Amino acid sequence: MAAFAVRRLGSMVAVLLAVSLLTFLVFNVIPAYDPAEVMAGKGAGPQLVQNIREEWGFDESLPQQYLAMMGKIFSGDVVSYQGQENVDQRILEGIPATLSLCAGAAVIWMAFGMFFGYLSAVRAGGLLDKALTILAVVGISVPIIWLAAVMLEYLSYKTGLFPAQGYVKLTEDPVEWAYHLILPWIAVAVTLVGFYSRVLRSNMLDAMDEGYVRTARAKGLSERQVMTRHVLRNSLIPIVTLFGLDFGALVGGGAILTEKIFGIDGVGFYAVESIENLDLPPIMAITLFGAFFVVLFNALVDIAYAFLDPRVELGSSAR
Amino acid sequence: MSREPLLSVRDLRVGFATEDGPLQAVDGVSFDLAPGEVLAIVGESGSGKSVAVQTIVGLTRSPGARIEGSARLGETELIGASDAELRRVRGERIGMVFQDPMTSFNPVYRVGAQIVEAIRAHRPGVGKGEAHRQAVELLDSVGIPDPERRVNAYPHELSGGMRQRAMIAMALALDPEVLIADEPTTALDVTVQAQILALIERLNRARGLATILITHDFGVVAEAADWVLVMYAGRVVEEGTLDQIFYDPQHPYTWGLLGSLTRIDRPRPRRLPQIGGLPPSLLDLPQGCSFRPRCPHAFDRCAELPALDARAPEAPKHRDRCWLDPEAKRERRQVEGEIGLES
Repeated sequence: MAAFAVRRLGSMVAVLLAVSLLTFLVFNVIPAYDPAEVMAGKGAGPQLVQNIREEWGFDESLPQQYLAMMGKIFSGDVVSYQGQENVDQRILEGIPATLSLCAGAAVIWMAFGMFFGYLSAVRAGGLLDKALTILAVVGISVPIIWLAAVMLEYLSYKTGLFPAQGYVKLTEDPVEWAYHLILPWIAVAVTLVGFYSRVLRSNMLDAMDEGYVRTARAKGLSERQVMTRHVLRNSLIPIVTLFGLDFGALVGGGAILTEKIFGIDGVGFYAVESIENLDLPPIMAITLFGAFFVVLFNALVDIAYAFLDPRVELGSSAR
Repeated sequence: MSREPLLSVRDLRVGFATEDGPLQAVDGVSFDLAPGEVLAIVGESGSGKSVAVQTIVGLTRSPGARIEGSARLGETELIGASDAELRRVRGERIGMVFQDPMTSFNPVYRVGAQIVEAIRAHRPGVGKGEAHRQAVELLDSVGIPDPERRVNAYPHELSGGMRQRAMIAMALALDPEVLIADEPTTALDVTVQAQILALIERLNRARGLATILITHDFGVVAEAADWVLVMYAGRVVEEGTLDQIFYDPQHPYTWGLLGSLTRIDRPRPRRLPQIGGLPPSLLDLPQGCSFRPRCPHAFDRCAELPALDARAPEAPKHRDRCWLDPEAKRERRQVEGEIGLES
């Protein structure tokens, strides 16, 4: 366990370093962009621009700038070029909204994905399976932006059934919280429901051919016991892996579009705003935040994997 | 076959609709099995031996399968029985052991938990603690050392031989009347094979367990069987007592199987004998005797399928599917002073 933790921490540092370097370099090779000029505003004199450049350290070498930036991000002193607000503070404020969106969507996508996948596998080849297959393919193919736009148009603007924009804190009003998040949850979950139901179906069909399933039947278990205790249980192992990776990626930036469309003031919303303004400090911080979640959930997946499959030892590469 | 049969199979036929067309995996298999008897079903892969016994407990049921014939266990007809009836028979009255104990146990549950599951599936009144205690006893009874510890092991933590012992323990958890062992020793080392066979034989004698032993290995048959069915391409080509099959085999396919046995008590042949050619595809069986294309003794009449009949008057229960007369067989099966099939 200790060796596992050390190895994971090491790889986390390496990943964060690589991601931050890459983001920093990409930003600095964007042509004809000078943050000092942007900060000085239109029509500012060259002296003002020069002052800002010196004050913010834009005239120093790139490695020095990079180190200064990283130091500020991790000490919590980093401020954005635009509006000069504290970036880490803004991100912390956005986390509850982003987590609300992602966690709710995850509940929906896992519940429906597993339910449809299970039905599909148990009825493989039947009418229900075929209908669910079509549904899943449609779900996978629908672009989130389109789905979100259609839902907003018909369920919000035209009928007024759901609020179109905004986020209400869970601590303020749990009902309003859920009410405001239903459409965004669906928008995020639909594709994943389709995808996960297909993956579970195919895992289960593979598992049904396994010797231990034949043994389970030969012991006299009921078909339902065979399906849940043996086929489903074993098919869920790869699903858990997939879920960890997808959830990490979703928190780490996958929900950016949805937050923007539904006006949820989370980390993703902030990311869009910063990218629009070419505001480097928040972009760096948010990218690191995203990478951190991806790496964190990777480690959690490994722990869950060792827990679910006794053949796997923690941190072993044998899959 | 003197005692009242416990399991009586009559003209069992199993066909499957496959993507390449219909095939007959089992074509008219019949046998009787009494308590305490060991029936061996011998044949190559694809001969239908596994399909036949799995069909008896309904494990081959599927939308594409056509199952005909009869299999009576005591008073219960199993072919066409409802799923609920079959479930009561599986594990409770017929225990099964499969070829590869690695894949036959679910890798994510402890061995003991899987035995407990089998017990509680049929005896919901038995508490978990009591079932666990029974599992320990069962593991002990099949010769697993340190059963209190091994009951909590995961399948991958046991050796192949231990796993197969545990598999047998699980099959016997509810004290069934019939044990079906489908290639129980194939995946094991030779020394372990002998131990597992000895265990099956001991249980068979001690409990009066009616046993079906499926194998492709005549060495296994010689150890344990009372009655032998030789199957080829879905049909029984010869049946008889162990002695009849070994010392007076009637079908050229049986000769071939016997001839390809290595004998450690004889000088080693330069090249191990084998039966030329490959088993036929069940999708495209030759007309008449299925063994005809591989048989050096085939003649005109073999284009017509021989019935499974007793051909020597002195042994009315020793039956085979070969047109040759017994006299000619006695002569032709001699290859270099041994029973075998000419190449």
